[in-house]
Amino acid sequence: MANNIKILTEHINTPGIETFEVYRKTGGYNAVEKAIKKMSPDEIVEEVKKSGIRGRGGAGFPMGMKWSFLAKPEGVPRYLVCNADESEPGTFKDHYLMKSIPHLLIEGMIVSSYALGANKSFIYVRGELMYVVRILEKAIEEAKAAGFLGKNILGSGYDLELVVQPGGGAYICGEETALLESLEGKRGNPRNKPPFPAVKGLYQSPTVVNNVESIANTPWVINHGGDEYAKIGIGRSTGTKLISASGHIKNPGVYEITLGLPVDEFMNSDQYLGGVRDGHYLKAVVAGGSSVPILPAHLFYKTANGEDRLMSYESLSDGGFPTGTMLGSGGFIAMDETTCIVRNTWNFSRFYHHESCGQCSPCREGTGWMEKVLHRIEHGHGTMSDIDLLVDVSKKIEGNTICPLGDAAAWPVASAIRHFRDEFEWHIKHPNEATKPGAVFMGAEILA
Amino acid sequence: MSVTFTEDKLKKAQEIILRYPEGRQKSALLPILHLAQEQFGWLSSETMDYVAGLLSITPVEVYEVATFYTMFHLEPVGKHVIEYCRTGPCCTMGGEEVFSHLKTKLGIKANETTSDGLFTLKEVECLAACGWGPCFQIREKYFMHLTNQKVDDIIEELSK
Amino acid sequence: MENEVPLIKVTIDGQEIRVPVGSTIMEAARQIGPSVAPPAMCYYKPLQGSGGKCRACLVKVMAGSEKDPRPMPKLVASCITGAQDGMVVENFTNPEVVEARKGVVEFLLINHPLDCPVCDQAGECHLQDFAFENGVGEKRFVEEKRTFEPEDIGDKVQLHMNRCILCYRCVYTANQLTEKRVHGVMGRGDHAQISTYIKNSLESDFYGNVIDVCPVGALTDKTYRFKSRVWFSKPVDAHCDCDKCSGKVQIWYKGDEVIRVTARKNQWGEVEDFICNTCRFEKKKTSDWVIEGPSKIARNSVIAQNKYGLNQGKKPEYALNYAATNFKKIDDSREYNQNLDQIKKSEDYKALMQKNDKFFSKEKSLK
Repeated sequence: MANNIKILTEHINTPGIETFEVYRKTGGYNAVEKAIKKMSPDEIVEEVKKSGIRGRGGAGFPMGMKWSFLAKPEGVPRYLVCNADESEPGTFKDHYLMKSIPHLLIEGMIVSSYALGANKSFIYVRGELMYVVRILEKAIEEAKAAGFLGKNILGSGYDLELVVQPGGGAYICGEETALLESLEGKRGNPRNKPPFPAVKGLYQSPTVVNNVESIANTPWVINHGGDEYAKIGIGRSTGTKLISASGHIKNPGVYEITLGLPVDEFMNSDQYLGGVRDGHYLKAVVAGGSSVPILPAHLFYKTANGEDRLMSYESLSDGGFPTGTMLGSGGFIAMDETTCIVRNTWNFSRFYHHESCGQCSPCREGTGWMEKVLHRIEHGHGTMSDIDLLVDVSKKIEGNTICPLGDAAAWPVASAIRHFRDEFEWHIKHPNEATKPGAVFMGAEILA
Repeated sequence: MSVTFTEDKLKKAQEIILRYPEGRQKSALLPILHLAQEQFGWLSSETMDYVAGLLSITPVEVYEVATFYTMFHLEPVGKHVIEYCRTGPCCTMGGEEVFSHLKTKLGIKANETTSDGLFTLKEVECLAACGWGPCFQIREKYFMHLTNQKVDDIIEELSK
Repeated sequence: MENEVPLIKVTIDGQEIRVPVGSTIMEAARQIGPSVAPPAMCYYKPLQGSGGKCRACLVKVMAGSEKDPRPMPKLVASCITGAQDGMVVENFTNPEVVEARKGVVEFLLINHPLDCPVCDQAGECHLQDFAFENGVGEKRFVEEKRTFEPEDIGDKVQLHMNRCILCYRCVYTANQLTEKRVHGVMGRGDHAQISTYIKNSLESDFYGNVIDVCPVGALTDKTYRFKSRVWFSKPVDAHCDCDKCSGKVQIWYKGDEVIRVTARKNQWGEVEDFICNTCRFEKKKTSDWVIEGPSKIARNSVIAQNKYGLNQGKKPEYALNYAATNFKKIDDSREYNQNLDQIKKSEDYKALMQKNDKFFSKEKSLK
């Protein structure tokens, strides 16, 4: 378990790795050769299943299972769509991966498309990352020139066309059905489910939507086998995970960690985040992107039972919502004691209000309402009943919306109040002090 | 005033349309709107009608989409559009100070354009560069690890 | 009967029903009747693709099906969720559903202007009914309501965007009935709005139907604007020979004057025969129509108030006289506190019980 394997980022710092030539020299595209020449699509699906890899976009749904749900009616095209609409605050791992080592994603797309029987696959990149779109398009041209893409790949008779599609600036398009709508040239309104994309997805055809990081793992799985992959990590959290770290830490950036790494080591060792910036101490952590519940420092290091927390799907969610959180997309935001939780919660709430598509009533109206109330509290016009109001509104949104954005908007608010209620109360009781610039509540018990 | 793509852009647009399966040319809408914005700077209703014509869809379908996505400018903008991230992680990385400095420097608020028409300031949500924040984007270029000094330099450079 | 669709058994709020395979929970519930049918603010059966948005019709599925009797973890929108054989659904009987629905009412009302006194939809507004039946009486939203700039969308249809609940029905209507839709949903989130974007006017023979499908007063008839309160007008079924539509309409009288024409709606407030603009906006004379008779109005509707009886519109003194002469005085001379045993022994009581038994056993055998 102490292995320090790098599946995605081993060669990421090799100069010129963004070119086909250098990437190929480091062993790149071997998986395509192996897959297309020696393996059947079903064998690849089987390997991915064995690997136990879980979707890296946030939900953590087993990727092999998602693949096996894909309907395969005769005469209907199937599609693979890569979700590169990374917009969750705190998450920038896909951005990093695509701009640094674009061919890894292209290679993954080729083997995954082959496994799923797709002849046209899409990479939906958020529109803001237009420069990454250009990088990917260039990589695709190179791969095509080398015979790894296009018609009759490596003489196998298998054709694949890759299309890079830019989005237009909408967080909601990270939701898979909204992404498909957007890819069809429509507003990014999530669809009602069922039918799921595996049955009726892009252009009403069976479709698999996978995150960039998930797909980037497939070449390794093919090269080394699913069983090998499953050996990495801990329990049902197999493999490695990219964590994008930001906030008040010494070394912000993207890290590839083996799942199961102790939280303490990740947070404080110099190999990783290097601890909180000098002279400060940790107050709270958002471990998996802004939508997961926020945790105070003491609950972050140890579970409610006093066990050391690990960076894994299970350990981070230990204790459920009352005392746990989620690994989510791996957007790690550390906050020290200078952070005002109320202000931060308002900020996140504003984000979800801004990004709600406006289709279903609880999310459309509820996110705006929460933002307004939080804005009021932050600016010294709150009342005590506002706190309970926020909790109640968040409950009425959660689970009642078409897509998970409602939940994502509700959780940060509910969890901030759960763990930092005294800070909200202080804001309301002492509006004059609380609205001074930089004022932060210091009364909470904080364990570093 | 009639709106048409330059020859280059038209060729590019036709390439884009051909990427999608037959009858699904509406998929090209977002890429082509980006293309249009590159050429015209912003999307007027005439531009959108023109795009609708290219894709054989009704104009209202284009309006619906263009107003949904935040990257499309529906009103004229300055020469440089600075889109700065106002979301949590950038704020914890010091974004609030840097951007209030930026606003003072330019003498405008968010969603305004300087009187010389050089800069438009836009507040956007997370740009997926959190650990490299505070950050903003001007066209396709990301500017990261911003400080007051760096902001001054960038503005200086672009004002030339 | 050939091509018979197989039936499945669904239980909603304790009432069983058999419905064809492929029905939604909403369809099954409506088949049982209004007592269990979930409210619907966006779902509109005649409009393809509608539903799933307002979340008013959320229900709890207690058992997914005969084969897989596990409950569903979240509340589901009954209008788009397919019913399965052996499914058990709770609607008004489930506290979770009731609570969620209160939430939906509250969400829909926080930004909805409370201008019902001057709204032409008042009295036939689905949001009023929905809020009255499912909401709570107090308001917790103290912020300023969101408002929109007024937009003129033509000389026939009035758009009040502030009242809109974004059900998308009018968008589907335009998609389904007109060749080229010119209005749609612009923007997103709580600033999404129905608009033509370029100040276009709605021009098509069937655009008027957006008025009928609108659940609130966001789209109203300009030719009827402020002419009457709906409960003071009297709907009459009528038809005409029309080469564009079925010509089956409801005409609304105030006195002898036809003040508006609408399509006929069914029990659920849904239009089955959409009508053309000529019928709706141009034919405002009784002579344009063949009158079929008074429309059937549910007794509990405000539209039914003070109508269809004799002497309507008379002054209250008359009503009192009318009551005095037409209703029997209550005979209050009977004895109270009669012994229940005595009553049970009486022949009348036995006969009554027998009748009841017969009735209920008949009910049972029907199932």
